[in-house]
Amino acid sequence: MRLRTWGYFFRQAFLSLWRNAWMSVAASTSVAVTLFILGAFILLVLNINFIALALQSNLEIAVFLRVDTPRSQALALKQQMESLPGVKEVELVPKEQGLKILAQQLGEEELLEATGGVNPLPDYLRVRVEDPARIGEVAAILQNLPAVEKVNYGQAVVERLLAVLRWVRYLGVGIIGMLAVASLMLLMITIRLAVYARRREINIMKYVGATDWFIRWPFLLEGLFIGLIGGGIAAGVLLWGYTSLTYKIKLSLFFLPLLEDNTVLHYTALGLVGGGACVGAVGSLLAIHRFLKV
Amino acid sequence: MIQFFNVTKIYKGDIYALKDITVKIDKGEFVFLVGPSGAGKTTFIRLLFREELPTKGQILIAGRSITRLRSKEIPFLRRNIGVVFQDFRLLPDRTVYENVAFALQVLEVPPKEIKARVEEVLAQVGLSGRAHLFPHQLSGGEQQRTAIARAIVNRPRILVADEPTGNLDPATSREIISLLLDINRLGTTVIMATHAWDIVNSLKKRVIALDKGRLVRDDKEGVYGYEA
Repeated sequence: MRLRTWGYFFRQAFLSLWRNAWMSVAASTSVAVTLFILGAFILLVLNINFIALALQSNLEIAVFLRVDTPRSQALALKQQMESLPGVKEVELVPKEQGLKILAQQLGEEELLEATGGVNPLPDYLRVRVEDPARIGEVAAILQNLPAVEKVNYGQAVVERLLAVLRWVRYLGVGIIGMLAVASLMLLMITIRLAVYARRREINIMKYVGATDWFIRWPFLLEGLFIGLIGGGIAAGVLLWGYTSLTYKIKLSLFFLPLLEDNTVLHYTALGLVGGGACVGAVGSLLAIHRFLKV
Repeated sequence: MIQFFNVTKIYKGDIYALKDITVKIDKGEFVFLVGPSGAGKTTFIRLLFREELPTKGQILIAGRSITRLRSKEIPFLRRNIGVVFQDFRLLPDRTVYENVAFALQVLEVPPKEIKARVEEVLAQVGLSGRAHLFPHQLSGGEQQRTAIARAIVNRPRILVADEPTGNLDPATSREIISLLLDINRLGTTVIMATHAWDIVNSLKKRVIALDKGRLVRDDKEGVYGYEA
């Protein structure tokens, strides 16, 4: 294709956009809305991943000793655990401190009196592991040490979190698929209108021997442009919305770890623009396909 | 130049549009394609420029089978065949000049050459003074001249016309026919489907007659043979 021909293609594409201005605006907006929801969902999934990861790295194993374990044995156990492979650090929480923590949590200052002057709690050890993913293995080894009553590492919570994450992902893929199809259909309808308005012209082009690609390009560019605008709007709103939302969340829910990696954010935005362009191009090609069979 | 070998075309629902047609048209010939409505004239023309494929049989143009063309090759076949229709098929929002130039634009001909060739062909069809009018400002005959100019501006070797005078009065029809004869004299093979028996009878050109899809007559210097 010659440069002059490309000029013709672009002129035709913009002319058609202008002639069907309202339809073009409607299609761009629809693409923008669907892509925005898509982007919001992607960021949601990424954040849940991020939070899950943060929680995992904070995980620790609570090793409760038998109530009658002497302090000297507890200290020996601490040393033994520290030498185990996979263990990062071990902290001994003596029963006196444990009772204080419990009293604080319950808001009951005179807890000791309530239990008749006897501390019912055992000593326990807080074990941090090097690799959160292998926390189960380490917990199993600790369980078999002498004087260990019970080992707890929040297994149920971790597994529930992973299950939720899995479902959010499935749901995400489903919603993303539906939204993609919806925006594709919208674009197809728009381009088909434009094609329909120019069907006589296309017919004549076919008769005088224009190649199919010569006829396709202006419509392809038109769809591409609608998709790009839609994707651009979606990306812009998403970037702005996410930044201001994370700022507000940080003020009120400061303990919640949020993804603030700009690279990820920018890739998501770029992905939306690219996705819009793809939807536009594919939608155009599908829309014009029937009209080229002459 | 054009050869049909046992060409049969069946449309959906067992409708036989053409039955076992074998015919040869030489380079430079002027051929009338006659017959009542539904005889298969339009199908014959559609097969020629590969708008349709035959159900059976083979069609050769310049020795090449056009039934075996890949879809990418079809545009290049059509650049060698000009087409004119009964309803002109001009673009209403473009002038005479633009309508004709359009056919060259889509073939990526350089603008300078487009201008020269469009002016030349408009002179040939007698529309030099009407170049900047829109189709609705023209008479029927002038519209058809514009369509003919568009069909021949690319200098095709074959010109196919499907009832080009069907919408025109007898006097205008004669003008259009004489224009087609002029084009034929310059070397272009012309195939014209028509109902205009008086014109066919007076010209003594080759006549291929179709009826119910069959070739019923092929005379070197024929007459219409039907009362239209």
